[in-house]
Amino acid sequence: MTKEARMDWLVRRVAQEFKNGDVVNLGIGIPTKVAGVLPEGIKIILQSENGYLGGGPAPEKGKEDPNTVNAGGQYATILPGGCSFDSATSFAIIRGGHVDVTVLGALQVDEEGNLANWMIPGKLVPGMGGAMDLVVGARRVIVAMEHIAKDGSFKILKQCTLPLTAAKQVNLIVTDMGVIEVTPQGLVLKELAPGITFEEVQACTEASLI
Amino acid sequence: MAQLVKTEEAISKIQDGMTIMVGGFIGCGIPEQLLEAICHKQVKELTIIANDTGILGDAMSQLIVKRCARKVMASHIGTNKETGRQMTAGELEVQLVPQGTLIEQIRAAGSGLGGFLTPTGIGTVVEEGKQKLVINSTEYLLELPIRADIALLNAYKADKAGNLVYRRSARNFNPIIAMAADVIIAQVDHIVEEGEIDPDEVMTPGIFVDYLVQKQPREVSNLD
Repeated sequence: MTKEARMDWLVRRVAQEFKNGDVVNLGIGIPTKVAGVLPEGIKIILQSENGYLGGGPAPEKGKEDPNTVNAGGQYATILPGGCSFDSATSFAIIRGGHVDVTVLGALQVDEEGNLANWMIPGKLVPGMGGAMDLVVGARRVIVAMEHIAKDGSFKILKQCTLPLTAAKQVNLIVTDMGVIEVTPQGLVLKELAPGITFEEVQACTEASLI
Repeated sequence: MAQLVKTEEAISKIQDGMTIMVGGFIGCGIPEQLLEAICHKQVKELTIIANDTGILGDAMSQLIVKRCARKVMASHIGTNKETGRQMTAGELEVQLVPQGTLIEQIRAAGSGLGGFLTPTGIGTVVEEGKQKLVINSTEYLLELPIRADIALLNAYKADKAGNLVYRRSARNFNPIIAMAADVIIAQVDHIVEEGEIDPDEVMTPGIFVDYLVQKQPREVSNLD
């Protein structure tokens, strides 16, 4: 499989995790693409932490509304049935357990379900935005990312070395190599991407897979 | 009772060294006319409390570029590289706060609360130096209220009593900071007579608002 095909598999595989009617918050990057590949019969309600529910696709060129942007600062749309609200209400929705699933990228994730995705000391300090609240508050946390970093280093570790976004909150890791569930016994490799073997995934993972 | 004033008069309330809150979220719903006037007046040593420091080039980012700030409290500074540069160079103090915690700290101040308990930040650097409490076997951080001297808002519509209506995602921090500062200044697109906004549609009660500033067409408001 080509790299593109594997990334496409990843995005479609994440989409299969949703139930009809789930309230979902998607992080920037790979997670955002999931909204475009939902299985037949599955509708989700997209939550955007800057203050709306019912997020739709990007607007057509020329129809952008400067007052409707997503949490990444890009022009967005709100579907019929959607609503807007202030940031305090938005984080009441997030921390209060009213978001069913959040899908985020990660720099590192470990076998205890710890997540690091907000800073690299001395290099990258953009801030945590709403990520810390989302990971703590959402009922289910799915990490969607490439299995190894661009420099070839491992991202799925025995223990995260970067500053954490949250401790022990990740439920599922979906990568371009497979689907890994975080359990009290450790990381369970539930499913392999087409053409990938267990041994290949383990060779790209510092933590031991079950 | 809200007073309708010109930008310059509203901005005259802001002095060097003050703490200001600014509404907006990565360029959406920022009071750009008020921010441009602060830059033009060359106010210094501000402590700025906002979700972010804008997108490099926009009016919010210019507060940092033009060195109006001594300290920033924000959840995200990644869209304005100058903030990170000044922070790394030791020229600007930056305190990064989880977005949900920051907005609730502001809401707590405006609501007369002594603080609140949140699970956000447990097990991370955010918990350093903070009191932890266990309630019903869940661990929480005690977070304290945050107030400001002045809050600068962006609203879509106001009546002359100061009642405000926001549009779509431009609402964000605006109605919350409206409760948490000594002086509240709102930049407004459309100002209408009392009675023209239905009471049920008001998002910020007018009693919070001190000054209304009519947003001018961009070519007029460009103070540079």
